[in-house]
Amino acid sequence: MTQFNEMYLGQGQSQSVRSPYARLQDWVAAMPQELRSLKQAEAEALFRRIGITFAVYGEGGDPDRLIPFDMFPRVFAAAEWAKLEKGIKQRARALNAFLVDVYGRGEIIRAGRIPARLVYQNEAYEKAVAGFVPPKGVYSHIVGVDIVRTGPDEFFVLEDNCRTPSGVSYMLESREIMMRMFPDLFRNNRIEPVDGYSEKLRRTLASVAPKKCKGEPTVVILTPGHFNSAYYEHSLLADLMGVELVEGQDLFVDGEYCWMRTTEGPRRVDVIYRRIDDAYLDPLCFRPDSMLGIPGLMDVYRSGGVSICSAPGAGVADDKAVYTYVPEMVRFYLGEEPILKNVPTWQCGKSDDLKYVLDQLPELVVKEVHGSGGYGMLVGPKCSREEVERFRAKIVENPGNYIAQPTLALSSVPTFVEEGVAPRHVDLRPYCLVGERIELVPGGLTRVALKEGSLVVNSSQGGGVKDTWVLAE
Amino acid sequence: MRLTVDHVTRYVYDRPVRSLVQSHRLQPSVFAGQKVVDWSVTVSGGQKGAAHKDGAGDLVQGWTVAGPVSEIVVAVRGTVETVDLTGVLRGFKEIVAPDCYLRGTTPTRADANLAALAATADGATPLDLAHSLSAVVADAITYKPGVTHAHTTAAEALALGVGVCQDHAHAMIAVARVRGIAGRYVSGYLFSDSDGQAHEAAHAWAELHLPGLGWVGFDPANRTCPDDRYIRLGSGFDAQDAAPIRGIARGGGKEEMDVTVAILQAAQ
Amino acid sequence: MLSRTADNLYWIARYMERADTIARLLEVGSRISLLPSAHGYRSEWDSLLQASGLADAFAKKYGDPVQRNIESFLFFDHDNPSSVASCFKAARENGRIVRTALTSQVWDALNTAFQELKALERAERSTLELGRLTDWVMRHAAMVRGAIDATLLRNDGFNFLNVGYYLERGDNTARLMDVKYYVLLPRVDFVGSGLDNYQWTTLLRAMGAQRAFHSAYGGAVTAAKIADFLILNTQSPRSLATCSAGLVNHLTRVAKAYGRETVAQEQARALLAEVEGTTVDAIFEEGLHEYLTRYIRDAADLALAINDAYLSGEMR
Repeated sequence: MTQFNEMYLGQGQSQSVRSPYARLQDWVAAMPQELRSLKQAEAEALFRRIGITFAVYGEGGDPDRLIPFDMFPRVFAAAEWAKLEKGIKQRARALNAFLVDVYGRGEIIRAGRIPARLVYQNEAYEKAVAGFVPPKGVYSHIVGVDIVRTGPDEFFVLEDNCRTPSGVSYMLESREIMMRMFPDLFRNNRIEPVDGYSEKLRRTLASVAPKKCKGEPTVVILTPGHFNSAYYEHSLLADLMGVELVEGQDLFVDGEYCWMRTTEGPRRVDVIYRRIDDAYLDPLCFRPDSMLGIPGLMDVYRSGGVSICSAPGAGVADDKAVYTYVPEMVRFYLGEEPILKNVPTWQCGKSDDLKYVLDQLPELVVKEVHGSGGYGMLVGPKCSREEVERFRAKIVENPGNYIAQPTLALSSVPTFVEEGVAPRHVDLRPYCLVGERIELVPGGLTRVALKEGSLVVNSSQGGGVKDTWVLAE
Repeated sequence: MRLTVDHVTRYVYDRPVRSLVQSHRLQPSVFAGQKVVDWSVTVSGGQKGAAHKDGAGDLVQGWTVAGPVSEIVVAVRGTVETVDLTGVLRGFKEIVAPDCYLRGTTPTRADANLAALAATADGATPLDLAHSLSAVVADAITYKPGVTHAHTTAAEALALGVGVCQDHAHAMIAVARVRGIAGRYVSGYLFSDSDGQAHEAAHAWAELHLPGLGWVGFDPANRTCPDDRYIRLGSGFDAQDAAPIRGIARGGGKEEMDVTVAILQAAQ
Repeated sequence: MLSRTADNLYWIARYMERADTIARLLEVGSRISLLPSAHGYRSEWDSLLQASGLADAFAKKYGDPVQRNIESFLFFDHDNPSSVASCFKAARENGRIVRTALTSQVWDALNTAFQELKALERAERSTLELGRLTDWVMRHAAMVRGAIDATLLRNDGFNFLNVGYYLERGDNTARLMDVKYYVLLPRVDFVGSGLDNYQWTTLLRAMGAQRAFHSAYGGAVTAAKIADFLILNTQSPRSLATCSAGLVNHLTRVAKAYGRETVAQEQARALLAEVEGTTVDAIFEEGLHEYLTRYIRDAADLALAINDAYLSGEMR
């Protein structure tokens, strides 16, 4: 499998540097091993000092574990980014149109373009919000689109994240740290800034305040609490936007509104950027045993007393089985051809697909439909025969729970490793903001598989992060 | 038929509660089978909150009570004019796709026994099949109060062979889904006439979505389809989802609940 | 600000101050135990536990009050919510929750204390001398306090932190005095004896107030001078007068900022008036123990009022 190296073209004598990376060539050449180690230690100290750590679900261990940071940046030329931006925005528009539709008349289903079962019997479809159109017709206000690259002009969307995509704090902090450590790099390269993200996010959230809200809306971030692995991110965003970081216990419903408990008495809340799952939002509507939620919140939400971002029910759009139909959504709602391609996907729930998947299992990547974080997935070519066979049994037992994709030759970017600099596979998650306007900050989260040859970039599976540059024109 | 409803729920707490939030589905459904003459819901010390019509056509009304308070009374009183439509929910406006209800929830999930029970029903048309399903459920689960409880599943009730209207409705939804028919849980009231046929004034039954007819009610507990003795309030996946009153109190100790429901035929 | 945030800040202060007091208590105990015993070495440590209100919990877990066990219990034991380890951990946890309401200096101070604590917990116990441990606690408590004073915005969060500090400190001063007068020296014939004197001095030393005391009063150490210093003297940083005034000051600032008085301000002023309006003679007439018990109770009532008005979020 030939793989695309984003920095170098060709090999040996004929090797050349792709233009976006031109200036990094000298930078890395001029960095002796000692300085590199020093800088790496400095970066780690900075990360630890600001408290950006990552707790791995279900693994126990050190809750203050750092996510590995690689100092070698990942770079996009302006033109490359322009195309990505168009494609991502297009996708975000289609996903939102889909959500408004399936909670309304379900035209796309009536038109036979997507099976009713996939939508209406989906665990993520919330009957409780059927018939409700959120302010500005937006269900998913922050769309995280996971993209991989296989060639100079080959980008594929791996999955969409319409609920509460995380990781944006790494985008912001990686940049902060790089600018602090290598100011010259930023002087010599014209790199688009990403620090406008928090203000754009605040504006996006404010723009979807309920109609009943007059004046400047009060926005809050709702976190499950400080034991959550993304708590640092929640508190960083609250801090950068200058809004309160609340837990369920800080909010309550009274009359037609939602309020927060402050030292000065109740204060009305207009927009809740929630970082908790639908199931935990309101024990009166969803899980009655949930202690995290706010009783009565959904009644207030449905009657237009408060906005919830992302809107409850948004998850049905980022289901891995629904994913297959996103290009269809683009055509159906926007009347456009999708700019970004999907990875070909086989639904194990379909018998033809299942047969193919079981035949080709050692060559494929198989994922759980509802899984996330790289858990419960099989990367065929990287697994032993026993592992493949064990997974085969799981698929046969519950085919509907799995989808399969070809193993893509993910692009690689030079990465600092023990022996010096070596290519490692990467993906990309930009964050698209959808409110009154659709906006995309030039950058995103680049995750890198630090193990040689590994294709799994998830931080829970030994992945790291890189600063992502978009060069100015 | 003109029916009057007097439905009082009294919550008593052994320690005062700091606050209470409730969500009600206590408004008679608007469809060709029933017309509200007058209707009122009151919550002692309560503030009326947000109201909305949900996707399934039910009016959902929020209430909050600021404490401290040791007793809360929810009183539902009114008069409804009903017409017998032999169970058909005609003229009802809703947006939820019937396919939605093909998804099982814990109390309505079919186990092997429910699947086997479903297989014993038959009928030339979907409507016949639905009647047959209602009959097999009624035969398999004998009406007997006090054995099952609020969290009993359809599978458990079938294994016990006894249950109340909630269990019948859950079982009906489960067997219908086995046969590919969407079913849902309906809560409401039932007028018990003097012959003693009807069992519970605060009642529940199932609706099945049938081609050409839309949603049609079936009450296996009484071996009938809802007629003009029934008042429909709201629907959901199961009893919890369709509950007329859902609430959570903050602070406070043990809760004692006392419910009285009287459904009478009003003088014309 | 969010009530829960105010609550977290308030508890950071209370936990840090409590850890400081526990360290001082340990120091008092170890010094007193170096003295030929009045009524047996064990009973002195027991008195300490009585004073800290932890005697029952200790007895349940360890039985006899042996010094090493007491050190474990008061310093390292995470089952004891008032141990130095528990307090430092809780303070840092509260700090993590409200990280954005703190400056990086305050967070650093809290975090460093916690990280060093983890290192101490891993160390071989025999290498840890009690004096080194208590010094370590006091140093970190002071660093956090200093970072707060030097870097925090003077907003409501700052006021709630200080309310926590002054409440805890007043309570702790009252309790420490109570150890000496009520528990350690219950017999009248010891009053004025060399032993009595030594114990008072130890107490002053533990409060880091020995030098300040002598420069303020001079001459022999007497119960009356101590009571004046630790209760009435407004120059003494730990006196009940200073703590009460601090409470009034910070609660008044909160009321001003919010444009609303609550019962908390009223109770704080009453607490201060009580201290300002009394004399050493009046205190001894009432009985020092009785007076201190009353202060502790009134301060606890004030804490409840503050909770109801600001920290619980229940105020409408």
